[in-house]
Amino acid sequence: MNSTLKRVSVACLAMFALLMINVNFLQAVRAEELRADARNVRNFYERYSIERGRIIAGGKVIAQSVETDSKRFRFIRQYPDAKLYAHVTGFFSPESASAIEASENKLLDGSSADLLLRRSIDLFTGEPTKGANVEVTINPKAQKAAYDALRQSGKRGAVIAIEPKTGAILAMVSLPTYDPTELSGTDKGKVFGRYDELAKDKDQPLLNRAIGQTYPPGSTFKVVTMAAYLEDDSSRGPDTTVDAPQNLPLPNTNISLPNYGGAACGSGSVTLTYALERSCNTPFGKMGMELGYDKMNEQTEKFGMGTQIGVPMRVEQSDFGKEEDKAALAMASIGQRSNRMTPLQMAMIAAGIANGGTVMKPYLVNKITDAKGDTIDEADPDELTDAVSEETAGKLRQMMVSVVQNGTANLAQVPGVQVAGKTGTAETADGKPPHAWFISFAPADDPKIALAVIVESGAANVGAEATGGHTAAPIAKAVLEAVLTK
Amino acid sequence: MPAKRRVAQLVMLALAVLIVMGAYANVGLAVDGRVPAGMLAYGLGLGGIMLVAYLVLAKFAPWADPLILPLVTLINGLGLVMIYRLESAKMPGASAANQIMWTGLGVVMFAATLVVLRDHRMLQRLTYTAGAIGLVLLAIPALLPGSLSEVQGAKIWIRIGGFSIQPGEFAKLALVVFFAGYLVAKRDVLALAGRRLLFIDLPRARDLGPVLATWGLSLLVLVFEKDLGTSLLLFGTFIAMIYIATQRTSWVLIGLLLFVGGAYLAGLAFSHVGDRFEIWLNPGSSEFYDREIGGSYQIMQGLFGFGAGGILGTGLGQGHPELIPLSFSDFIFAATGEELGLTGLMALLMLYALLVERGLRTSLAARDPFSKLLSGGLAFLLAWQVFIIVGGVTNLIPLTGLVTPFMSQGGSALLANWILIALLVRTSDAARRPPPQAIQNEGLTQVFQR
Repeated sequence: MNSTLKRVSVACLAMFALLMINVNFLQAVRAEELRADARNVRNFYERYSIERGRIIAGGKVIAQSVETDSKRFRFIRQYPDAKLYAHVTGFFSPESASAIEASENKLLDGSSADLLLRRSIDLFTGEPTKGANVEVTINPKAQKAAYDALRQSGKRGAVIAIEPKTGAILAMVSLPTYDPTELSGTDKGKVFGRYDELAKDKDQPLLNRAIGQTYPPGSTFKVVTMAAYLEDDSSRGPDTTVDAPQNLPLPNTNISLPNYGGAACGSGSVTLTYALERSCNTPFGKMGMELGYDKMNEQTEKFGMGTQIGVPMRVEQSDFGKEEDKAALAMASIGQRSNRMTPLQMAMIAAGIANGGTVMKPYLVNKITDAKGDTIDEADPDELTDAVSEETAGKLRQMMVSVVQNGTANLAQVPGVQVAGKTGTAETADGKPPHAWFISFAPADDPKIALAVIVESGAANVGAEATGGHTAAPIAKAVLEAVLTK
Repeated sequence: MPAKRRVAQLVMLALAVLIVMGAYANVGLAVDGRVPAGMLAYGLGLGGIMLVAYLVLAKFAPWADPLILPLVTLINGLGLVMIYRLESAKMPGASAANQIMWTGLGVVMFAATLVVLRDHRMLQRLTYTAGAIGLVLLAIPALLPGSLSEVQGAKIWIRIGGFSIQPGEFAKLALVVFFAGYLVAKRDVLALAGRRLLFIDLPRARDLGPVLATWGLSLLVLVFEKDLGTSLLLFGTFIAMIYIATQRTSWVLIGLLLFVGGAYLAGLAFSHVGDRFEIWLNPGSSEFYDREIGGSYQIMQGLFGFGAGGILGTGLGQGHPELIPLSFSDFIFAATGEELGLTGLMALLMLYALLVERGLRTSLAARDPFSKLLSGGLAFLLAWQVFIIVGGVTNLIPLTGLVTPFMSQGGSALLANWILIALLVRTSDAARRPPPQAIQNEGLTQVFQR
């Protein structure tokens, strides 16, 4: 019987070999796939088993994990100023996350390779892994001022402020907003229900309009046209005179481009400064046609358009529009037609001029520190593009100061501070009330802040030339004051 | 010349108990942040129980294989730790105290078997009695009304009051004894070739009786008790034993044919049998996953557990094995895989493989056919059972419910398996005991003295 016993032994050996191979296959090869299966609720519990790092703005905690009594959900996310910072922090829901919670997730939950050393130390000292803290560049005073002022308008809109010298984002507000706490609970049914409500809301509270939405920039874009015109010939300056007819006939069409409200622009031949102060349409339309599509498009690109930017959240692409006929170019040159910019892009244009022509790469994350407070990583300001020469930047600055002092943007004046700015009133194609825009930076001689404000359909009840200035400029003023006055 | 190796056995036994105590402390530290209060009591309890087992073995089966008891102790202990861990996760039904009580009773049965059964060959005289007992035990749940015998669809219990036993666990032992005795008596007849067909010697048609009878029995278990696992276990073990006894490959082929035929028929007749096959092929499909009864929810949860464990495991007390239904009984292997990882499972499978190897080695060394068949059959039974349940849980083969020997929570299985180990130890003692000196030698010595 021993011969058959030996064969049975081999069969037993084979059975164990098969079991072992299969276990290896399951736990080494298929493990990733099984872990990622949406039906595996372990991922869900895992999300709440780690003490995520805090998100901090100017020393103020704006998101943190607090311990609960539950065994399954040990830590839940808390947002002290939930609505104010919603579009900065984002939410941390059972199956997804947004904004900083999403883009810095690996640091916040401690799984990033940058934290390997920290994790290994924790392993030996037996301490539970804690996520890293993320310090954002937001200035709480600016954020609060922007939020309050925009909310007072009662409209949808966005405010974004950046530090011209570095690109650090000082304020990022988008209204309407939402409460991230409601989307960060552990009750899936409740969270998903609320998310659906918010996602279906026609006011789009989940949309971060500051970086996620493009609008026709209207007259604020005249700054870019002006920049291109000055760059084209360095002999041109604020006092150079240009034609400014009441109506600009558009080639190959039977329509003409009027000034706002059909008004005349001075005597029909005005200085560049005057044209910008009054925001006349005809001279800028003419300048755009004279420069041609390529120069206009190139100048917009030099201000950062077309560069894929993550702040670290993805920024929607701005676009000057495709090359069409001269008439279309004239319209695009005054910020209409197919010209579409994000508020961030407009703020970058203001910041570039403020920073002597150099646009800095905008960023939101200032510093990463581990749970013990040691710095792991710090932001390193980076040049994005050279938009205009320093000389041109100086001329533009002078003219934009004039706009606030003598022109359409007098509501943005801050006592004791020289403010530069440009208003805009962007007509929307479908006959809705136009959007009110304002871009600005201050103090003009040593800029600390540059910003863009948009109030959707904000120019509704105003018939005068100063429409953008009327609604958007005071909001900008509030933010400038919050940052510049002690 | 085999040695007793009693010291080595005691050291290994102590090591096994220490590993289990370490694991037990690990669970407490992970779950509550401190060493569990009952740690010493549990450790001393398990240590004491195993010391008794060792002393009985040393006295009544001193020549037995020294590895068997430490191996079983370690497997049984790890099972205890997993059950304790699941109980601490508030898993309804998991009870470590119960399991340690049953472990104690199991060792009592082990000791009693060794004390009472001084020579296992006397079992050969009880061949037909054992067969009858096995059949009766197997049949009782089928004959009882469902209220007394059915739990979660499987009609394999006897439930009286709060007490329940699974007679099938004991039936399999009685049937192995019967198979061994019967095959020793009939193997010459069964080994007779009838006709030769393509290199295979087919048996005579009239000798097919025993195989057909076992096949029928297995089908009856399947039909009336809805117990695929036991059905497969019994039939497979019988085929292995008839092969060992007769040395004829044809029996294996006939067995395979009958198995495939039976499985096909069962698949046609019972939707739940066919579904097991479909689920095996595609456990992740939502059609099966979302099904309320008889779907793939459980096996998928088990697979998620394996995935979560990965190579090193989450660590005891740090995973979520309580999410796997029945993770303290049928699916304890998945729970272990989640927390101890691939590393732990490889070690665990190695323990089982070693245990089986010791059994087969005993069989090889045994001196008479009955001992060979009995120990070989028992060792194969163990291997086959591990293969069926572990293979099922890891989706290597279609899932059929069976107990993971010595690990799953359950009194009947523990008692029966400890008796199985006692039988192996008994045969091993006989096989390794030095033979009495031959009379011829004495005669020669006497010549020299004269």
